[in-house]
Amino acid sequence: MTIRFDKLGVVIAAIAAYAALVAPFATFRANRIVPGEARSVLEALPTAVGPLLLAIVIVGALIALLKTPLVLRLAASVVALIALAILIGIAGSFLTPAGNTFARISPASGFWLLIFAFTLLLADVLTRLNLSPWARVGVLVVAALAIGLLLISGQWNSLSILKEYANRADSFWAEGSKHVTLALGSLAAAVIVGLPLGILCHRVEKLRAGVLNVLNIIQTIPSIALFGLLIAPLGWVAAHVPGAAALGIRGIGTAPAFVALFLYSLLPVVANTVVGLAGVPRAANDAARGMGMTDRQRLFGVEFPLAFPVILTGIRIVLVQNIGLATIAALIGGGGFGVFVFQGVGQTAMDLVLLGAVPTVALAFAAAIILDAVIEMTATKRRVETA
Amino acid sequence: MKAWLPSLLRLLLVVLLVAFVTNPGWFQPLLKPLTENGAPAIYNQGSLLTLTFLHLRTVLIATVAATIVAVALAILVTRPAGAEFLPLSRSLVNIGQTFPPVAVLALAVPAVGFGEKPTLIALFLYGLLPIFENALTGLTTLPANVMEAARGAGMTGWQRLTKVELPLSAPIILGGIRLSVVISLATATIGSTVAAKTLGEVIIAGLLSNNLAFVLQGGLIVAALAVLIYDGLSAIERYTARRMGQETA
Amino acid sequence: MIEIEGITKRYDETTVVDDVSMVIEPRTIAVIVGTSGSGKTTLLRMINRLVEPTAGIIKLDGKDNRSLPGYELRRSIGYAIQGHGLFPHRTVAQNIATVPVLLGWDKARIKARVDELMTLYQLDPEAYGPRYPHELSGGQQQRVGVARALAAEPNVLLMDEPFGALDPIIRNKAQEDLLAIQKRFGTTIILVTHDMEEAVHMGDKIAVMDAGKLVQYAKPAEILAKPASAFVETLVGASEKPFRLLSLGRVSDAVEKGTAEGEAIPGDASQRDALAELLWSGRPALPVKGEDGKPLGRVTVDGLVKRAARPA
Repeated sequence: MTIRFDKLGVVIAAIAAYAALVAPFATFRANRIVPGEARSVLEALPTAVGPLLLAIVIVGALIALLKTPLVLRLAASVVALIALAILIGIAGSFLTPAGNTFARISPASGFWLLIFAFTLLLADVLTRLNLSPWARVGVLVVAALAIGLLLISGQWNSLSILKEYANRADSFWAEGSKHVTLALGSLAAAVIVGLPLGILCHRVEKLRAGVLNVLNIIQTIPSIALFGLLIAPLGWVAAHVPGAAALGIRGIGTAPAFVALFLYSLLPVVANTVVGLAGVPRAANDAARGMGMTDRQRLFGVEFPLAFPVILTGIRIVLVQNIGLATIAALIGGGGFGVFVFQGVGQTAMDLVLLGAVPTVALAFAAAIILDAVIEMTATKRRVETA
Repeated sequence: MKAWLPSLLRLLLVVLLVAFVTNPGWFQPLLKPLTENGAPAIYNQGSLLTLTFLHLRTVLIATVAATIVAVALAILVTRPAGAEFLPLSRSLVNIGQTFPPVAVLALAVPAVGFGEKPTLIALFLYGLLPIFENALTGLTTLPANVMEAARGAGMTGWQRLTKVELPLSAPIILGGIRLSVVISLATATIGSTVAAKTLGEVIIAGLLSNNLAFVLQGGLIVAALAVLIYDGLSAIERYTARRMGQETA
Repeated sequence: MIEIEGITKRYDETTVVDDVSMVIEPRTIAVIVGTSGSGKTTLLRMINRLVEPTAGIIKLDGKDNRSLPGYELRRSIGYAIQGHGLFPHRTVAQNIATVPVLLGWDKARIKARVDELMTLYQLDPEAYGPRYPHELSGGQQQRVGVARALAAEPNVLLMDEPFGALDPIIRNKAQEDLLAIQKRFGTTIILVTHDMEEAVHMGDKIAVMDAGKLVQYAKPAEILAKPASAFVETLVGASEKPFRLLSLGRVSDAVEKGTAEGEAIPGDASQRDALAELLWSGRPALPVKGEDGKPLGRVTVDGLVKRAARPA
């Protein structure tokens, strides 16, 4: 029997080998802002555990390297990821000197590369398994539950990022809910305004180019500038329009961030509505009219359902984009996870940056997976023929 | 009568932009009403011209690097030898887009320090995605009969790539580069939060000192650059598409 | 009865349909033939007011078609188009039920009607009803398209190149099905096509259109025998004329007394088929049998050739 190598496996095994044997597994710092000292896998983990992790990594890398059945590859990637997740917590408690509350342990490049290598393997397996939309959401839920369980169990409490969290637990959730409110609220507003606007642009051809051009130009204004530019008009509104201030409209804070995100969101929603409606087969539209549907019946019964997957794609773009852009709201006092990112950059405390960045990425990632699944579910049954 | 109007507007924008970055003093009366308590109306902590130049240089370097890597990767995964990577590369591109630029920027700082480098990394990573995605679309949706004819004419794999596949997908790849540049122009401003020398510096200075004139001039220069570059690249794209006998959408 | 009186459609300066008048008798099939751009589709679409005429009146059973709002008028008229225009997001059963639902029929009646039509079109309601259009073959999609047009039992059915996207064998079958259903329901059908063969085969009367004008409106035999203009002559195809003429007649109408050798040809076959069989087998005569299989007589090459000659 000849041994056959998996091409992607070669890449994975190379990354894993470098990460496990050469790169540092964890960083030890005497306090939160001094430069760190590197600790290898064997140094970072108790006597018996270090070699165990190395063994798991080597077996996992070998399974990736050779042409092996998908189930085995799936098992290898999941086992390796779980082991890494648990052991980084053990490294945290192991490296923290007893009773020392200043020392900071954070995962180092070796750990991140190992995570990357086995996530790559897992992603490859999941892609090849060609999971149904429901199954993909299921995998996401299981992963979220596993991470939640690890967080609740306190397994990671000795890690630096969670120490940053422990100091800010209250504001973390407050900023988090602000972040989600900003991203989802501006999306909702953009859908409420953008859908009718898109329908209007579809029906009135003269309007189309103008509206889309204006929205295009808004997109070219850098986000931090747009946030800043809205401060003045909203401040004026708050001061001069009776009741506006009571509604929470202020020059600084959430209001300009909300308006800016809303403006950025309009283009994808409007453009995709127009494209989706334009993509409705002419014959179906003609038949609908020929059979005596009123304009309204045609819009809701034929055009809208057929354009729906394309419109949803626009909404997906907006949601993922908004979750990312909402971090910038912190610059103008709008809150959100960006608060931690910019505080961290200011204090050169990278763990604080992570405390803001990791949940943002996780949110965007989850939003993308869920919406992709929804789009696929709506699109499969409504497949539009290209005739 | 309408045909020359866009060209005229474009020319006007170019003239205004050049005038503003070279002689910002001329525009002081326009921006003065936006300031309070006698604050300066024109950015005074550096030359706008230099910042514009540095801004463009950062975007250019990142885009060139991203184009080379993205197109090379797309070519790799569309060859028979790299076909195994195609589905995975698609998922990775999808996942990659969920990383907010601010996060990429902030996370690059510990690895490379403050300044231009983290900005370049963030722009590079962020610029990769649209170019890769478009290159992939271009290379995988070539008309089957043309590819068949190229094989039938006895072209080698390399000849097919350089003489048929790349020229035919050039308009779509250019479209990706255009998207990437526009995103990068805006994203580069965020680089100034980690001390990169870009036009973001002007905007952030404005935000910190509550000087709306700064925010406006920084934002408008970037927006004008983006509109002009977007337009220019669109024109090149239409020209190549016509050369390739494709309809312009 | 459909009365089209002096109907004209202009877009800016171009006249697409120019002062067309014609009467379509109830329970007949009228075929509108013409090249693309002749205005035939526009004429059809003015009957159910998908296009509003610039001038002229169209009356359905004596009533001006503008006496109702457009959408209500269209619910009472069947409409089937090339490429069928099925709604890709609705099942076959939902597609067929479109107009009955718009008219507010009760569920039981809709289901009964959908099942009836699907059975009529040889589609098992249980198996095909819940499927989506893209899961059907081209021929099946076309049948669903026509079934949908007939769902609300319209007296009038408008068809725009309904068989245009089908391959020849399926097209023949679809044409036969339509003729059978027209006989059964007595629907008045107006069908647009660019295919003279189809027009001669399907039409009780043929309307030839050219550059927006109605050039000739007559029975197929007359169109073939006395084309009103050089244009009609070209459309008919000079070399095809005798064969098209023969294809209009049944063998039973050309039977002569006497017997002949060989396999008998059924009396309801077309005279064109009989001539083809005679020429191909090199025989001077063929026996003819009736529906019950009893011999009716024979057809001869000479007899058929006389019938293919230009009528006086």
